[in-house]
Amino acid sequence: MEDFSVFDIIGPRMTGPSSSHTAGAVRLAHIARKIAAEDVAEASFTLYGSFAETGKGHGTDKALVAGVLGMDPDDPRIKEAFTVAREMGVQVSVEFSDEAPKHPNTARIVITGSDGQITDVVGQSVGGGNIRISEINGLAVEFSGEYPTLIIQHNDKPGVIAEVSHVLAQLNVNIAFMRVFRHGKGEDAYMTIETDQPVTQDMQSMILRLCDGINKLFVV
Amino acid sequence: MLLSDAFNNGESLRRYCLENSIPIYEAMIRREVKISEQPREEIIAEMQKNLDVMRASVERGLNSKVESVSGLSGGEAMKLFKYGKHNPFSGYTACRAAASSMAVVEVNASMGRIVAAPTAGASGILAGALIEAGRQRGWSDETLIEGLFTAGAIGLIFAKNATISGAGGGCQAETGVAACMTAAALVEISGGAPVQALDAAAMAMKNVLGLICDPVAGLVECPCIKRNALGAVNAMLCADMALAGITSLIPFDEVVSAMYKVGKDIRVEYRETARGGLATTPTGKAVAERVKRLQGN
Repeated sequence: MEDFSVFDIIGPRMTGPSSSHTAGAVRLAHIARKIAAEDVAEASFTLYGSFAETGKGHGTDKALVAGVLGMDPDDPRIKEAFTVAREMGVQVSVEFSDEAPKHPNTARIVITGSDGQITDVVGQSVGGGNIRISEINGLAVEFSGEYPTLIIQHNDKPGVIAEVSHVLAQLNVNIAFMRVFRHGKGEDAYMTIETDQPVTQDMQSMILRLCDGINKLFVV
Repeated sequence: MLLSDAFNNGESLRRYCLENSIPIYEAMIRREVKISEQPREEIIAEMQKNLDVMRASVERGLNSKVESVSGLSGGEAMKLFKYGKHNPFSGYTACRAAASSMAVVEVNASMGRIVAAPTAGASGILAGALIEAGRQRGWSDETLIEGLFTAGAIGLIFAKNATISGAGGGCQAETGVAACMTAAALVEISGGAPVQALDAAAMAMKNVLGLICDPVAGLVECPCIKRNALGAVNAMLCADMALAGITSLIPFDEVVSAMYKVGKDIRVEYRETARGGLATTPTGKAVAERVKRLQGN
């Protein structure tokens, strides 16, 4: 906690009752929405562990729905998230699972976009409103959402990683953490890059233009 | 003493304040300006937003019956607030501060908006005690904001050297730390010296050292709401003691490390898992069953 701000102690401003089971759940689902490129026609949630045990009393179900609709943890409408979803025409369903997860506060969020595209995200609320995304579309990943995070789906071939990091360097964006994951050799691969500076829309276009082998890019 | 070292512990903070002839809140504001690379006005404005939400949550819980999502709690802050107008044993100010603290945590349990300080489960103490004290003494928002920075400094030292989560150290790490933060804030904005603020914080933790976290049904309601009431009164009492010139035999930093060690020794059943203490009493278990049946709806 070395560099923690005063606003990590006095804050965040949030909708209660729990930083892990409510605020963390909103953030988790909000990040899933961003991974689905903010296109959410349908969303289904499965809650595991402590999320499943005490989720209803903590409003975890409402929090997840709120997040997937794009609300932030201090949104006063979180309590009415199911109604808001209906008004927005987004179909939602929640399931409480008995299955034991690796981490007690785990949720699986499956988003169907307007074109039928499916985004399947698994994440955990790890305490104090902090979260971790552990899986995207069946692929193990790991990032916290605390830093601007660039997620790039790319071809698994030499040079892609070097090109992306080169362009970021040119843009004066410092990489705090970077990880690469792939389904198998030569198959679909992901990079998650957590940066100290925000990666603007212009920067994203530049990366797409200058780097070869990128299929999809988004910032959460 | 460098600013970057000032928040290592209570002693370094005291020395930094002494060398620069500034209060704790001023040191905390300077640190925030430095690490956030934001202008001072922005940081003050951000804290004003926190104060506004704190005040709104107190008002809401005192003036309306807010029911929790589980249906376990609500309306008790209002009861105590009304009762407190007629010569309560705990005293007018303390009773109102306790009611105000409960108000915030009731709002929290109803999925209302609060400011975590340092956590959502302990969010009533700083808001309730500070706003009530400010109302009594006629403190301006500017003064209350200074108090919030003092409180933040104490919380930060606990976060760096111990823990501020119930899962990490029990209730002492949540409502205990919140009471320390609040006690120090009350001392400083009443004109007490940094060393007195640290003494007040040390005493507040000593009073609840070892307090376990045993939430019934795993929810932030019982015993959390009433422990926030206790925390507010604990903070005011320790602030009064420090301002009266009473010191803590055990220095603040040693209290922090004792709290951390005790927290680690507390069995996991008593650290927010709802597997011990009040949570596993016959009534606690029955309530948990009832709450679990809500899942079906």
